[in-house]
Amino acid sequence: MSGPSRYDVADRAPRTLIDFMLRWETILIGLLIAVVIGNTIISPYFLDIYNLSDATFNFSEKAIIALGMTLLILVRDIDLSVAAIIALASLAMGLAADAGAGTGLLIPIGLGVGAICGAFNGLLVARIGLPSIVVTIGTMSLFRGLAQVILGDQAITKYPAAFQTLGQGYLIKWPPIPYSFALFLVLAAIFTFVLHKTAFGRKLFAMGNNPIAAQFSGIPVNRIRFWLFVLTGLLAGVAAILLTARIGSTRPNIALGWELEVITAVILGGVSIAGGAGTIPGVVLAVFILGLATFGLSLVNVPGIVISVLLGLLLIVSIAMPIVVRRLLKGKPVV
Amino acid sequence: MPLLKRREFFLGSIILGLVIAIGFRAPVFVTPESLLNIITDTSFLFMLALAQMIVILTRGIDLSVAANLAMAGMLTALASRAMPEMPIVLIILLSTLYGLALGIVNGALIAALGIPPIVVTLGTLAVYRGLIFVVAGGQWLTSDDMTPQFLAFPKATLLGISSLVWIAAFVIAGFWFFLNETRTGRALYAVGGNPVAARYCGIDLAPQQLLVYSIAGSVSGLCGYLWVSRYGIAYVDIAQGYELTIIAACVIGGVSIAGGVGTVSGTLLGALFLGIVVNALPVINVSPFWQTAISGAIILAAVIVNARAERKTGKLILPEARLLAGASK
Amino acid sequence: MVDEPILRLDHVTKQFPGVRALHDVHMALYPGQVTALLGENGAGKSTIVKILTGIYRPDAGAIHIGGKLQSFSSPRDAWRSGVSAIHQETVMFDDLTVAENIFMGHMPLRSGKRIDWQLMNARAAELLKSVDADFGSEVLLKRLGVAQKHLVEIARALSHDSRIVIMDEPTSALSAREISDLFLIIAQLKAEGRAILFISHKFDEIFRVADRWVCLRDGEHVGEGLIKDVEPRGLVKLMVGRPIDQVFPKKKIEIGEPVLEVVGLSNPTEFADVSFTLHKGEILGFYGLVGAGRSETMQALFGVSKATAGVVKLNGKTLAISSTADAIVSGIAYVPEDRQVQGTVLPFGIRENTTLASLHQHTDKGILSRVSEQKITRKLGGRLSVKAAHWEQRLNELSGGNQQKVVIAKWLATSPKILILDEPTKGIDVGSKAAVHEFMGELASEGLAVILISSELPEIMGMADRIMVMHEGRIVKNFTRAEATAEAIVTAATGGGHHAAA
Repeated sequence: MSGPSRYDVADRAPRTLIDFMLRWETILIGLLIAVVIGNTIISPYFLDIYNLSDATFNFSEKAIIALGMTLLILVRDIDLSVAAIIALASLAMGLAADAGAGTGLLIPIGLGVGAICGAFNGLLVARIGLPSIVVTIGTMSLFRGLAQVILGDQAITKYPAAFQTLGQGYLIKWPPIPYSFALFLVLAAIFTFVLHKTAFGRKLFAMGNNPIAAQFSGIPVNRIRFWLFVLTGLLAGVAAILLTARIGSTRPNIALGWELEVITAVILGGVSIAGGAGTIPGVVLAVFILGLATFGLSLVNVPGIVISVLLGLLLIVSIAMPIVVRRLLKGKPVV
Repeated sequence: MPLLKRREFFLGSIILGLVIAIGFRAPVFVTPESLLNIITDTSFLFMLALAQMIVILTRGIDLSVAANLAMAGMLTALASRAMPEMPIVLIILLSTLYGLALGIVNGALIAALGIPPIVVTLGTLAVYRGLIFVVAGGQWLTSDDMTPQFLAFPKATLLGISSLVWIAAFVIAGFWFFLNETRTGRALYAVGGNPVAARYCGIDLAPQQLLVYSIAGSVSGLCGYLWVSRYGIAYVDIAQGYELTIIAACVIGGVSIAGGVGTVSGTLLGALFLGIVVNALPVINVSPFWQTAISGAIILAAVIVNARAERKTGKLILPEARLLAGASK
Repeated sequence: MVDEPILRLDHVTKQFPGVRALHDVHMALYPGQVTALLGENGAGKSTIVKILTGIYRPDAGAIHIGGKLQSFSSPRDAWRSGVSAIHQETVMFDDLTVAENIFMGHMPLRSGKRIDWQLMNARAAELLKSVDADFGSEVLLKRLGVAQKHLVEIARALSHDSRIVIMDEPTSALSAREISDLFLIIAQLKAEGRAILFISHKFDEIFRVADRWVCLRDGEHVGEGLIKDVEPRGLVKLMVGRPIDQVFPKKKIEIGEPVLEVVGLSNPTEFADVSFTLHKGEILGFYGLVGAGRSETMQALFGVSKATAGVVKLNGKTLAISSTADAIVSGIAYVPEDRQVQGTVLPFGIRENTTLASLHQHTDKGILSRVSEQKITRKLGGRLSVKAAHWEQRLNELSGGNQQKVVIAKWLATSPKILILDEPTKGIDVGSKAAVHEFMGELASEGLAVILISSELPEIMGMADRIMVMHEGRIVKNFTRAEATAEAIVTAATGGGHHAAA
C-alpha cells in the first residue's frame, strides 16, 4: 500500500460570495426582477393574477419543449424540427378528430406522432451518425412539408370540447393555474431532479463535456442521444396537444418559427451551445423572463415584431456582457 | 481531388437525369427559355449559397442571411424613395454596404467576443427582421413606391440574359477566384479543416471569421436590392426562412457542416438541383405544397449520401489493408 | 566547426496556470551541427519548440538569431527569421493536397496576388523527391498513410529554406528504412550549413546524428556538451535525476493462472490474428512503433470498436463485448493513451471524474449520493497521492501527472480484474511517473492482471514480465523478461527479423 496521501485535500472548494453573484442563475433572477418591475411600471394591468395566468398560456407550450431541447443541447445536439413536429402531430390529431376520434384517442395520437418523429431524428443522428443540425433542418422541412401536402391551404377546426379544455382550462381555479402551466411546472421539477440529482444526469453532463471520454467510461452515448431525440419529439407532441386544444384549430403554419424561440430560451437559460453546461432552473428562469417580457410589452401594445428585436438583443447582450465584463476585470482589451 | 470530382459528377448526372425525365413528361420544361428562366430564378440561391459556404468552411453558420437580405432590401428601397434620382450603380453599392455593415456586426461578435456563430446569428436574425418593421414604420413598400429604373434593372437584359444572371455570374466568378486562387481562400479550408494546424501555419481563426461574415453580409445586401426590385415589394417577411434553403443547397452540394470541405461547383450544383425541383413541380402538375416536403427529403438524402462517401473506416495499419486502399485510390 | 551560434536562447521562462513549463533556460544552436534536446516527457522540450516556432511567447528571456534579437508573435515571424519545424503531432489538412499542406501559409504567388499552382506543385514535387517520397504533390493528404504524412511534414519544414530546422520526434512513425533516409536528409542539411535541433527518445538515433546535446529536467537546463564526450547512461541519469536502475520498482510476483485468453483477434484494417494470454499478477507489455495497432487492439478488447474475428475468454468464459459498458461489467478497465480526449472530462472535478465509470455504486433509489462519491474519491485519490486543493477541483487545473492519477482512480473504482494501461506515463512529470510505476507494481502484486502498452523501451523492459512486440497490426515477436534486449525488441518493432507466432 502506498499508505495515506502525501497531500491534504479538502472535500469541497471554498465558496465565495463573488462566485455566487457571478452565477448565471443569479444574473437571471436579477433580470427577471427587472422585467417584473419594468412591466409593473409601464402597465397597471401587469400585476394582475388573472392577466399573469393568461400570460402563461403563451409560453407554457414552448417551455415544455425547451426542457427537452435543454438536454439535447447539453449533449451537443440540437433539434430544429420541433415546431414542424407540432404541425405534423397537430395534423394527425386533426384528421383523427375529423374521423370522430375522442379526446382519449387524440392524446395518444399526438404523443405517438411526436415520439415517432423524434425517433426518426434520433435514428439519423445517433445511429447513422449525421450532424443533428443538418438532419433536423431536413426533417423540419420534411415534417412541415408533409403537413402542408395533406392540409393544403385548409384548416381543421372540428375538435371535441373536452379536448379543447386541455388547452384552455384550469387545473386550479384560484389561484388560476392552467393545465399547460401546471404540466410545465411538474415536468420542470422532474427534469431538474433527473438532470441534477441522478446518475443519468451526470452522464449527460459528461457526454456534453467530452463525448469520447464518456464513451470510454462505459456510457452508451449514442443510445442516450437517440432517446433524447425521442423525448424531445414526445414533448413536442405534448406541446402540439396543448396548442391545438388551445387554439382549437390546425393550420399548416401552426407554431411556425417556434424552434428559434425555444432555442433562444435555452441559450438565455445558460445552456452552452458547445454542450456540457447548463441547468434546468436557469432555463425555467429564462422562459419566465422571455414570457413575461413579451406579455408586458404586448400589454402596452408594442408590436410582436418589435418585441422579437428586443428579445434578440437580450439574447446577444446577455451572452456578450459576461465575456466583456470578464475581460475588463482581467484588464485585457475587450476586442 | 478525385473523390470530390466524383461527387460533383454524381450530382451533375442526377440533375441531368432529372431534367430529362421532366422533359419527357413536359417538353416545355426543357426549352431554352424555360431553362434560362430556372437559372434566373435560382440566381439568388447561387450567390447566397456560396456566401453561406465560406462561412460553413470555417465551421460557422450564418442564420441571419435572409434577414440581412430583407433588411438591406428595405433600407435600399427607402433610400431610393427618398432620393429618386439615385443612379442604379449607387443603389447597388448602397445595398451591398448595408449588408456589409450587418455582416460586420455578426463577424465582430463572433470573432472578437468568441460567441458561437449559431447563437449570434440566431439573435441577429430576430433583430434584423424586427428592425425592418421599425425602420419602415410597419409599412409595405410596393412597386408604386419604387422608381421605374429601380424596378427595371434586374429585368434588363444583355445578350438575352438578364442582369440578375450577369451579376450572379460575376459573384460566382469572384468566389471561384477567391477560393482557388488566393492564399486567403485556401486558408479558409485550413482553419475549417484543422484550426490547430492552421495556427501552426500562421493562420488565425478570428480574422478569417470577420472576413467570411462580412462577405456573407455583403452578398446578402447585394441580393437585398435585387430581390426587392425583382419582386417589386419590400416588407418584413420577404425571404422568410430562406436561410434554410440556402444551407440545404450547401449540404446537397457536399459542403461539410463540420468545416473545411466544400467547392464552388458542388454548391452551385446543389443550388441548381433545388432550383430545378422547385420550378419543375408546377410543370409536372405536382401541387406546390409538395415543395417543402421534397426539399426536406432531398436534404436528408444528400447528407446520408455524403456521409457514406466520407464514412470513416478504421485506420489502415495492416499492410494488406494499405495495399487495398492504395489500389482502389 | 564554427563556434559562433546561429541561434541563442537566454534566460527563457514560460509559465502556464499552475505549471512552470520553463525556468531560466538557455540553449545554443550551431550552423552545420545537430543539437539533441534531451529530457523526459514534460521536461519542457515541446514548450521550447513552440516558443521557437512562434506558437507561444516566452514570459521572460531573449531569442537571438544570427546575433539579432528576435521576438516572434506568430509562426509567420518564426519562419521569416529562418526557423521551421517538423512537429510531433502531424498537423495537417486532410482535405487539401500534399502541395497545399506543404505551402499552407506561404504559397507562392504570381502576378495579381494569385496562387501560382504550377510553381507550387513543381516545388512540392521537388521537395518530395528530396525526401524520397513515393507519392505525388497533388494527392489529397487523407489518402496517405502515417509515415507518408510524416514525409509531407518534413517536406513542409524544408519548404521554408530555413537556417534552423527543428525536428520534434521525427522518427516516431517511421520504419527503419525511412529513418535511414531521414538521416541522409539531415546529413545534407548539415552540409548546407543549417542548424538542426533534434528531439528524440531513442538514444541510438541521438548518438548517430547529433553533434551536441542539451538536457532539460522539470523545465530547467541541467546540462549540455558534445555528444562525443558522453555516454547514454550518463545522459539518462541527467534526464531522470537519478540512476536508471531505481526507476522501475518491479516487484517479484508469483504469476497466477490465466485470466484473459485472446485467440485470433482480427479487424479488417487495423490488426490481425492477435493472440495472447494474460495471467493473474502479471504485467504484460506491448511494445511497437506509434501506429503499430496496439491501441486499436486494446480498444477492440474494451468494446470501443469491434473485432471481426477472434475469441476472448475471461476466466475460461467466452466474452461477447459490444460496448464499453459490457467491458466494464466484465471487469476490464482501459486507461487510454489520449488522456485529455479519451480519459478525462476536463471541466469536471476530481470527484466527478473518479466516479464516472462506476456511478451505479453511488446511487440510492436513483439519487446520486455525494457522500458516497466523496468517500471513494478520498480513498483512491489519497492512495494515488493526487495533489489538489480540494476534491472538487477541475481536472483542467491539474498537472498531467495528477490528471493521469485521477484517470487510474476512475478505473480502480470499477474494481477491475484486468487493467489495460495505454502509454500511462506519456507526458507526465518524473514524480508522477514514478508513482504510476510503483502503483502498477502494487496492483499486480494484489492479483490484478495488467496490460502495459508503452513506446518507451526502458519502461516496458523495466515493468513487464513478458513483452509482445507488434508491427503493422500483428504480434511479430514475444519475449520473456529475461530474454528481452533493447536491440531485439527494436528490431522486431521496426519490421526487422522474421514474423513469429505469438
